[in-house]
Amino acid sequence: MHDHKDKETLITLSGAGIRRGGRTLVEGVDLTIGRGEIVTLIGPNGSGKSTTAKMATGVLKPSMGRVTRKPGLRIGYVPQKLSIDWTLPLNVERLMTLTGRYADGEIAAALEAVGAAHLRKAAVQELSGGEFQRVLFARAMIRKPDLLVLDEPVQGVDFSGEIALYQLIRQIRDDTRAGVLMISHDLHVVMAETDTVLCLNGHVCCRGTPGAVKQSPEYLRLFGARAGLAIYQHHHDHEHHDDGCVVGAEHHQHEGHHHGH
Amino acid sequence: MLSDFFSRALVAGIGLAAVTGPLGCFVVWRRMAYFGDTMAHSALLGVALSILLSVNMTLGVFAVAALVAGALLLLQRQNTLSTDALLGILSHSSLAVGLVIVGFLTQVRIDLMGFLFGDILAVSVDDIVVIYGGGLAILAILALNWRPLLAATVSPELAEAEGLRPEASRIVLMLLMALVIAIAMKLVGVLLITSLLIIPAATARRLSATPEMMAVIAALLGAVAVVGGLFGSRSWDTASGPSIVVMALAIFLVSLAVPTARLFGRREQNGT
Repeated sequence: MHDHKDKETLITLSGAGIRRGGRTLVEGVDLTIGRGEIVTLIGPNGSGKSTTAKMATGVLKPSMGRVTRKPGLRIGYVPQKLSIDWTLPLNVERLMTLTGRYADGEIAAALEAVGAAHLRKAAVQELSGGEFQRVLFARAMIRKPDLLVLDEPVQGVDFSGEIALYQLIRQIRDDTRAGVLMISHDLHVVMAETDTVLCLNGHVCCRGTPGAVKQSPEYLRLFGARAGLAIYQHHHDHEHHDDGCVVGAEHHQHEGHHHGH
Repeated sequence: MLSDFFSRALVAGIGLAAVTGPLGCFVVWRRMAYFGDTMAHSALLGVALSILLSVNMTLGVFAVAALVAGALLLLQRQNTLSTDALLGILSHSSLAVGLVIVGFLTQVRIDLMGFLFGDILAVSVDDIVVIYGGGLAILAILALNWRPLLAATVSPELAEAEGLRPEASRIVLMLLMALVIAIAMKLVGVLLITSLLIIPAATARRLSATPEMMAVIAALLGAVAVVGGLFGSRSWDTASGPSIVVMALAIFLVSLAVPTARLFGRREQNGT
């Protein structure tokens, strides 16, 4: 595991929470994200994952506790899903400069890095789910972000696509040394490289390395004894079933897709 | 050049088309067509109130259209009726209230048809100054805010997460629409304004590969519709505002026949 002591801290949340209309959405979140660090938020629908991420990025002001960010923190955001209407003529190249201006060479390099250089002139409406996801990663990376926020990065991607995306995330982290904040719908699979898993259910119900969370009684209580957290390892140190599922994650295929916020 | 009414109409119409083209693209992208209609219908209420309170009509129409937009924003926050139903209520009731007030204004005679369908042939040099002044302001605001406006259109969450303010973009667009309606009402009338926003933009979509290209092409197509419509109305002695809209429609229909799919935005290996 990584030693964070010498890493620049990007974001600190201490006791942060949001109350809205007399209802507490999430409370008591303590979290730090450092450069090169991967933090994954997991939890059921309505558990406050998105709210927590929005507090971290500054979209929402905490109504309790404190949030501090490195001054001038640059954020790259990969949205959960992006459906772009046919009426908007948008090709990949133009999508890359959506929130900022970049030189030709930068666009080419960013697309190259995610293996999407050949898609440069393609209309975004014509991309497959996996291609679009890669392009969105490239778009977030071109900003040279300090922090990459990934909202459900593997949603709607099949298992091999999921593995490829995890590799991509790891590679981006290694290349750019950006911090990564990942929101995951999937309660059963997290990246092995994740430094901290924060399991939310209106509050932080457990936290730690993927290995520690997997063992934690709170995690098992929240998601049931059968839940078994599968930790996606880049190296093949886990078992595969014939259908390609990671052992311990059998039902993630079935349960991991109740979407919508 | 501006001495005869026909060239004044041409100049005014082209100026208007230059603005409704790019702004209309946002209306199409953001699915705000019905919203634009609602604001345009409220323009008649603006006219009636301007006469009642004797204030400048362009100003009055802008104020009422902006208020209707504000009312919609507030009502949407209530999360009760759908936006669709809210727009229906605002649209027709503001038109009706406007008509009722007009009925009470016995001391002034109002050419209702003029407001509903416009009279571009009656445009004065002063009107042209207003159209070009207001139009340049609208285009400048659009150009200066283009990137955030477009980003907010593509994905509000993404724009917000990367430090832009999509809610502000939305309000800017609403105010610009109120402004263009105030300017355009006299030319094409309350009932036809939205068509100048939507039809050229919709036509331009099939001919464009980028949003910027679509905005420019929409402006050009709008100008062609104005020129064609005005000459048509002179030749066949038809109403000028509707003739412009009919011309825009004709261009749209012709564009449907162009096999643009092969020009832009399609890849060779098309899976679906």
